[in-house]
Amino acid sequence: MPLSESPTIEVKDLKTYFFTKGGIAKAVDGVSFSVGRGKVLGLVGESGSGKTVTGFSILGLVDEPGRIVGGEILYRGENLVSASPDRMRELRGVNISMIFQDPMMTLNPVLRIDTQMIEAVLAHESISKDDARQRARDVLGQVGIASPDERLRSYPHQFSGGMRQRVAIAIALLNKPDLIVADEPTTALDVTIQGQILYEVQKLCSQTGTALIWITHDLSVVAGLADDICVMYAGRIVEQGSVNSVLDKPMHPYTNGLISSVPSRNKRGVPLAQIPGMAPSLLKLPKGCSFGPRCAQFSDACDSIPDISNYENGRQIRCHNPLDKGTILRVMD
Amino acid sequence: MQSALVVVIMSFIVFSGVFLVGDPVEILVSDDADQEEREMMIKSMGLDKPFLVQYGIFISKAIKGDLGDSFVFQEPALLLILDRMPATMELAIVALLIAIIFGIPLGVWAGLKPESLASKSIMTGSILGFSLPTFWVGIMMILLFAVMLGWLPSTGRGDVQIILGMPISIFSWDGFSHVLMPAVNLALFKLSMVIRLARAGTREVLHQDYIKFARAKGLKETRIILIHVMKNILIPVVTVLGLEFGGLVAFSVVTETVFAWPGMGKLLIDSIGLLDRPIIVAYLMIIVFLFVLINLLVDICYSILDPRVRLQDIKS
Repeated sequence: MPLSESPTIEVKDLKTYFFTKGGIAKAVDGVSFSVGRGKVLGLVGESGSGKTVTGFSILGLVDEPGRIVGGEILYRGENLVSASPDRMRELRGVNISMIFQDPMMTLNPVLRIDTQMIEAVLAHESISKDDARQRARDVLGQVGIASPDERLRSYPHQFSGGMRQRVAIAIALLNKPDLIVADEPTTALDVTIQGQILYEVQKLCSQTGTALIWITHDLSVVAGLADDICVMYAGRIVEQGSVNSVLDKPMHPYTNGLISSVPSRNKRGVPLAQIPGMAPSLLKLPKGCSFGPRCAQFSDACDSIPDISNYENGRQIRCHNPLDKGTILRVMD
Repeated sequence: MQSALVVVIMSFIVFSGVFLVGDPVEILVSDDADQEEREMMIKSMGLDKPFLVQYGIFISKAIKGDLGDSFVFQEPALLLILDRMPATMELAIVALLIAIIFGIPLGVWAGLKPESLASKSIMTGSILGFSLPTFWVGIMMILLFAVMLGWLPSTGRGDVQIILGMPISIFSWDGFSHVLMPAVNLALFKLSMVIRLARAGTREVLHQDYIKFARAKGLKETRIILIHVMKNILIPVVTVLGLEFGGLVAFSVVTETVFAWPGMGKLLIDSIGLLDRPIIVAYLMIIVFLFVLINLLVDICYSILDPRVRLQDIKS
């Protein structure tokens, strides 16, 4: 990426809170990242860490009682947080599109595939229905659906899960977006289908220069797909950097715990590593570092919320006691 | 096949039920008739034979489409009822349309904005629609609109026009003003039901991922509601309404009586008073037949609306 080119999307100190009866849940609390043209960002974390809400915030689809209360989402310099609902609707599906987690639920069961694809085109462009159908047909072919003409006339229940996710991806690609937010799109699929879809998405992104935010809890997916990685915990990004440096030398104890929790072949017979305890409820976050109570590196300093510190290679960590201190720690500013 | 069995079993239940209710002879034969005239009468109506024989005769005639002659009018019961049917059907269809045209938008509205004052009023109103007895509402409507305000006529059908060989009120202004009040009265209960179904459906569908996905596609809100939400909530609404339409026809009896609407229901009430057995039996048989027919139509509608229940057409 040339230095002169500004990122496709830049999220700055995003705060999305849910005002529930039990209190304010800070689902996203000060998240910042940026994704450039053709780049893939992996957004990793446990369930409830705020990954999905981050994605929905970018599309302006946060449901009540949630609300974006602070920060900026700059799409090519335009702040989406202050954009009107109409402007957001114009951007959605054309400039920014989204793929959802559960392919069985994302397609309307009573509408044919062609209806659901053509409407996505016609919502943004005034072209003839035939042209829209032609485009739908082409894109279905692109995502690897055989005999797209026939498939267009089918209903969602006539597809398998993997096929439905391909259709959903095709819908996301229909209007050649600049940014796709993919919310665990392969989690519900079996491994072989997952591999095919990952391959195709990666190919399409590098061909068209589409930026991709890939939300997942699966580190192995991120390892093969992403350029950069953000690890989220309880609404905050605790570690970010290029995918290789983070996965090779995790500095935040949580990232380290996540990586050690991946079952792998060379640890046969040894009990699987796990992070003790459970992710905290967003309504009852511990004082100080929210990972503190589960952290082996816990110290008195962790009673205050750690700031983000910058390290070499653009890595950022939010921790008082990062791992590998001796070798990497070099605060940049 | 199943439907045919239902019709046969119902015919037996209906026939034996009516047989047990009472002896029409007491009412039909004039008090000053002597024993011989009485016997003649009983014999001419076939009431001297044992129950099963009477049932056998009834069935064998029914298969040929003859449900017996009315004791009172000395005319085929079926013709008498069919003669009154268009009036009842008109009333029921108008009531059904009212329920749909007002019920679905109100219900969807209430589902979209559950916290707003308007939708809370709609829901409260629907509870009234459920719980107030039809006959009382009918009488109150007459009192208000016919007696006190004098806007609408309270009885009869008004001007009728013959359309497709059937007398129809709704296409003339006078007829329409006659049909309006009874139809609204009959519709109230169904209206409340449609509102509740549409509201529950909307609230459920709105939280589905495919609605969020539709938003993520950048569709206009109107299209999301009119196409994506509506098509899904129509499935339960059509199912229930279809089944309820039979009830609308069958139990318009009360409304027809209150508004002196000359339909089948009123004929039934009169016939029950006179123990005119063939008419009662024929009426119930027609209703049974209607229910079976409507069930079939609902199934067809259902498969149009919901592709998942359609039989897979295999063409690979």
